[in-house]
Amino acid sequence: MNLYYERICITLGPDFDKLVIRLMAAKTLYDKLWDDHVVRSEDDGTALLYIDRHLVHEVTSPQAFEGLRIASRKPWRSGSILAVPDHNVPTTDRSAGIEDPVSRLQVETLDNNCREFELTEFDMSDIRQGIVHVIGPEQGATLPGMTVVCGDSHTSTHGAFGALAFGIGTSEVEHVLATQCLLQKKSKNMLVSLEGPVRAGVTAKDIVLAVIGEIGTAGGTGFAIEFGGEAIRALSMEGRMTVCNMAIEAGARAGMVAVDATTIDYVKNRPYAPQGEMLDRAIENWQQLHSDSDAVFDKVVHIDATAIRPQVTWGTSPEMVAPIDSRVPDPEAETDHVKADGMRKALEYMGLEAGTPISQIAVDKVFIGSCTNSRIEDLRAAAQVVKGRRVADNIKLALVVPGSGLVKQQAEAEALDRVFTEAGFEWREPGCSMCLAMNADRLEPGERCASTSNRNFEGRQGQGGRTHLVSPEMAAAAAVSGHFVDVNELMPQN
Amino acid sequence: MQAFTRHSGIVAPLDRPNVDTDAIIPKQYLKSIKRSGFGPNAFDDWRYLDAGAPDVDNSTRRVNPDFVLNQSPYDRSSILLGRENFGCGSSREHAVWALTDFGFRAVIAPSFADIFFNNSFKNGLLPIVLDADVIDRLFTRVQQEKGIEFAVDLESQTVTVGEDVYPFEIDQFRKYCLLNGLDDIGLTLRHADAIRDYEQNRKQQAPWLFLS
Repeated sequence: MNLYYERICITLGPDFDKLVIRLMAAKTLYDKLWDDHVVRSEDDGTALLYIDRHLVHEVTSPQAFEGLRIASRKPWRSGSILAVPDHNVPTTDRSAGIEDPVSRLQVETLDNNCREFELTEFDMSDIRQGIVHVIGPEQGATLPGMTVVCGDSHTSTHGAFGALAFGIGTSEVEHVLATQCLLQKKSKNMLVSLEGPVRAGVTAKDIVLAVIGEIGTAGGTGFAIEFGGEAIRALSMEGRMTVCNMAIEAGARAGMVAVDATTIDYVKNRPYAPQGEMLDRAIENWQQLHSDSDAVFDKVVHIDATAIRPQVTWGTSPEMVAPIDSRVPDPEAETDHVKADGMRKALEYMGLEAGTPISQIAVDKVFIGSCTNSRIEDLRAAAQVVKGRRVADNIKLALVVPGSGLVKQQAEAEALDRVFTEAGFEWREPGCSMCLAMNADRLEPGERCASTSNRNFEGRQGQGGRTHLVSPEMAAAAAVSGHFVDVNELMPQN
Repeated sequence: MQAFTRHSGIVAPLDRPNVDTDAIIPKQYLKSIKRSGFGPNAFDDWRYLDAGAPDVDNSTRRVNPDFVLNQSPYDRSSILLGRENFGCGSSREHAVWALTDFGFRAVIAPSFADIFFNNSFKNGLLPIVLDADVIDRLFTRVQQEKGIEFAVDLESQTVTVGEDVYPFEIDQFRKYCLLNGLDDIGLTLRHADAIRDYEQNRKQQAPWLFLS
């Protein structure tokens, strides 16, 4: 590379030299994060990437710890690890422990592994316990400029902080435990730019669902996505986490947003964040965490954010999404035969007819929670819609599951719990809950759910269950109306 | 890890795009703290007509006769032919463990989701990417010649179907590890000094990353 570069400079003279240096120096946010963490590179581009923060939960870690034990290895840097049980924990009274013996064993296995290897764990009785992707940012354990991994695909959430964060499998969890590193190939750079302000009633969830609808569930495969543009910059950290959380549903392992004043204000004063002089030094560094103005992306997608309407998924893949004021699409109008076949299977599973107005779809259950939408801002937004209304008679169950014990505490301090319970919602303990139904919270076959989670896959919320992904506001609106409805019809002041 | 050099076996067609890891192994089986035993519950919701659970004996369940892996000879297949975006969704490595435990050694598809793709290599399961039009032809062939065997050769990077030979691309480092059944951790720990050096430098430049 250098030889080649020198030859060009000699041929073209000193002005070109400046241009080349500028082009070579221009980096995307992803390039910067990547370069800062490369320990060494192989000739074929495989890099050993250093990991700053390793988040661990009970489902994808037991086999990794077992692997360490078998090989007589120890965690390389135990201080980088924060563990929490979240997938299996009950959201009802926990004082008697977990009833299901299989779930209980998995949670106890995490407790025992953390004790044996001397790792920090927020166990089920800790007020800081919650969904792993909620507690990392809440504690300041997720910081700008970090590499963050977890054996969970929604680790992309943490990219909202200008961090490089992605999900890994259990073998990779063991690899990070043992070496503090991962073997990785660099992804390509994609910029998804959301231009213009969004309309009233349109949230971070609607933005990301619209993006997935546009680029498809495999649109981001092989890419790291940076989300930018006015609509992203206007979002709170909670909103940016919602967007990055679902980068994986667009196929991208990592999603990220550049650091700005919103990021730094959120991080300051959190328990794991630096303080005093070290914070000043860190902020100086964090302010560089954005793509250079002349950085080159492999792919750029522009989306007019002003045109986005509140979104509702109608199928069994997050890309099967439509605006609230539209109809269930017709597979016969799809020219790609594989896609059309997928749509037919989805409509059959979902029990829907092509052409049905989205607003005429009635729901049985409502779930407000998950690592996508269970932060305090989500609960405030949903409560605002619910306030003074009642859950509709046809709704069998409406659940609010806060993302962490601290979110729950804050919501109770603001009396949001009373808004929900007075309307007929159940107010639960924190965890992943009905996002994937590993605990007792689930759909029965054929039941239809308005859910603020991230996946509408077949059986995700319970075998035969039918999931429609929406924002917290839209879930709340569906709960009080009994069917999907544009939240703006309930909240005209918006 | 089990090495992969070459393998011939019956090909099962799974003709749907976006097969997600929730479908490959549903959540109730993720409660296991072991790496083995997931095979009988691979594609559980499609394979059985009644609900399953970790403590339910699969031999007492109603089998879905329409699902491809329940039909002979696909119940003995070891190569899976899939569509776009195979293995999307959750990072659960249990999905790969379920496929290998069923007996699969390779999955052939036009594209794979990144995390599933990575996880496969850690477990001796070879994910092979071929062009969508080639995959279309292979589906036709598999449907016409039920029970046809493909021969996969990793060294020469080819899939042989009768007279036809289809070359595929693979990352050289992954190929090397798979051919030799190498443990990544052992390889990485050969660079322990480089990791320590990186850490020392980084602690000077960005000490806030080392608060615990």
